[in-house]
Amino acid sequence: MHIVVCIKQVPDSAQIRIHPVTNTIMRQGVPAIINPYDLFSLEEALRIRDQTGARVTVLCMGPPMAEQALRKALSLGATDAVLLTDRKFAGSDTLATSFALVSAINKLSAEEPVDMVFCGKQTVDGDTAQVGPGISTRLGLQQLTYIEKVESVDLEKREITVHRRSEGGVQVLKTSLPCMITMLENTNTMRFGTMDDMFRAARYKLNLWSKDDTNCDETKVGLKGSPTVVSKVFVPKPRAEKSKFIEGDTPEAQAQAAIDTIFGAQPKLAEDLMSAR
Amino acid sequence: MVEKFDAIVIGAGPSGNAATYTLAKAGLNVLQLERGEYPGAKNVQGGIMYAAELERIIPDFREDCPTERHIIEQRIWLLGDDSYIGTNYRSDAFNTDKPNRYTIIRANIDKWWGEKIREAGALQICETTVTELIRNESGRVIGVRTDRVGGEIHADVVIMADGVNALLAKRGGLQKEVAPENVALAVKEIMFIDPAMIEQRFGLKDEEGVVIEIMGKVTKGMVGTAFLYTNKESLTIGIGCLISDFKSGDCTPYKMLEDLKKHPVIAPLIEGAEMKEYAAHMIPEGGYKAVPQLFGDGWMVVGDAAHFNNAAHREGSNLAMASGRMAAETVIEMKKAGKAMSAANLATYKAKLDDSFIMKDLKKYRNLPGIMHENKQFFGAYPDLLNAAAHNLFTVDSVDKKTKENEIMKSFVKKRSPFGLVGDAFKLMRAFR
Repeated sequence: MHIVVCIKQVPDSAQIRIHPVTNTIMRQGVPAIINPYDLFSLEEALRIRDQTGARVTVLCMGPPMAEQALRKALSLGATDAVLLTDRKFAGSDTLATSFALVSAINKLSAEEPVDMVFCGKQTVDGDTAQVGPGISTRLGLQQLTYIEKVESVDLEKREITVHRRSEGGVQVLKTSLPCMITMLENTNTMRFGTMDDMFRAARYKLNLWSKDDTNCDETKVGLKGSPTVVSKVFVPKPRAEKSKFIEGDTPEAQAQAAIDTIFGAQPKLAEDLMSAR
Repeated sequence: MVEKFDAIVIGAGPSGNAATYTLAKAGLNVLQLERGEYPGAKNVQGGIMYAAELERIIPDFREDCPTERHIIEQRIWLLGDDSYIGTNYRSDAFNTDKPNRYTIIRANIDKWWGEKIREAGALQICETTVTELIRNESGRVIGVRTDRVGGEIHADVVIMADGVNALLAKRGGLQKEVAPENVALAVKEIMFIDPAMIEQRFGLKDEEGVVIEIMGKVTKGMVGTAFLYTNKESLTIGIGCLISDFKSGDCTPYKMLEDLKKHPVIAPLIEGAEMKEYAAHMIPEGGYKAVPQLFGDGWMVVGDAAHFNNAAHREGSNLAMASGRMAAETVIEMKKAGKAMSAANLATYKAKLDDSFIMKDLKKYRNLPGIMHENKQFFGAYPDLLNAAAHNLFTVDSVDKKTKENEIMKSFVKKRSPFGLVGDAFKLMRAFR
């Protein structure tokens, strides 16, 4: 059993500050952390490892400094770690990123077939939630997003049963392996690694893979492979409207005042509702 | 299987880093344990770094060490209610290739040093708290236990660099609880400001910096001092007093810091700066008389945990680095000679300390903490009297100078009495001799 957990190193969004003079985001001095959503997936993978003895490989694409994130994942208990790092990957959007990660997962599969891929629900810096589904589409994996519980993994039947949060409630899904899972936040609590994990993480010789190591098509990664165009970045303006206090002596009078205020501001709505009556 | 090292260093502050780096450079198998998320995560310093000690340990540190500004001007201010009287020293000769003093942000330095330590070959493990020392039947320290599962680790020697609280030594019965009059609580803020404003307000260029050390009424008669340092694009402002004084007084540390920031001579310097970081830490102030037992069978204690701080000269991190280095050198010497890390052999560490500026300086100022603690007039009455005297002298109002001098003399005598004045002069001499 081989589980791959994809993680991303992101700036700690809780500690980002705006430069008082230039009003730009100051990345300098902001600690880099593992994308918090990824940790729920890593913990879930480790729980499956505890039950099945699976190998858990963490995979990260990023600059050399992302090594810290991988070592952190190892110290939490991951078996192996791979850093996909190459200048040619720089500027990849979600499409190109999932393509690059897929090429690395294919290489990992050649070592030992990959049965499950875990991804974070989304990242706190990009917030797209596209890379996980991108991976599962390319690899033809069963796609299980927004999972709140992995109920069981049956290795003999190669089946997995999960609880998936959806708008109307919870879906209980059973599907076959291999699959791709993104975990919902707050569905588990990250463990505290053992002393052995700490030693192993500190001594681990990290695998650094370049584009060529993964045999990845150069035209599909980096800026070249990224169709996304960022045309403009802007700070939303604060709302100019002030809140209004609606007053009335009785509850009925308050309700009437509220309706009058709404209809006063939205005459079209008033008209539609009245005609519907 | 229990891991075994030549040495375990507990803590990644200046003393622990100095010890670990020195041991690793000598080729020893050393493990550094730090409870914070990364080296420096828990560390707080004003801070001024004195280069000489770091240079001795890492000669080419200036190449990539993230210092802030090198200091070209030192100001010492005695604050009155709305004034200060003080001295300045500024020299272009401080603009050298190898400046002696820098303003720093501690966490940045320790992160940088952490990398150097790993490059030097030491194993560094963070987010791991040492909970106790492990001893064998004869009481010799043979390792540590951490808060993690399977947390027992062995070593020939354990160097405790765990900071002012020295929790391990206390838990292990090697130190007593520190008396409240022997520790200060200091609070500080790092305030963001446009570097151009710093340069304009303090008359600086490039990476030049100014240090202001402050005493006076702002501590409300408590034994304490304040400071204002210029960093690259921030100012550090802080204040600290003895815990015993905070305990009996009715002023909280943060209130004191707010008062300092509002003081009419300070406010214009920090105007427009935005608070970025707030920190508080304890500082060992007991001096020579508060230094605990420094070594034993299989253990040594360094830095703040050994109470190495020179309050009179506001030196601490250099004592920490030097003591860490000396402890490491002691281990290296014993290792080379094939000697055991017994108390008798580790006494070499104490001999090195006694022979260095650390113990010589602490001994010189051994009476200072006690005298300051019992003579609060140095922190309240005198700054007030001196400011009033200056105000009187520099007000030109057709009163003849002889009368002015008499008025000033009278104000001193009235406040302190002739015997008090003589006694205070004598006490000051004793404190600094």
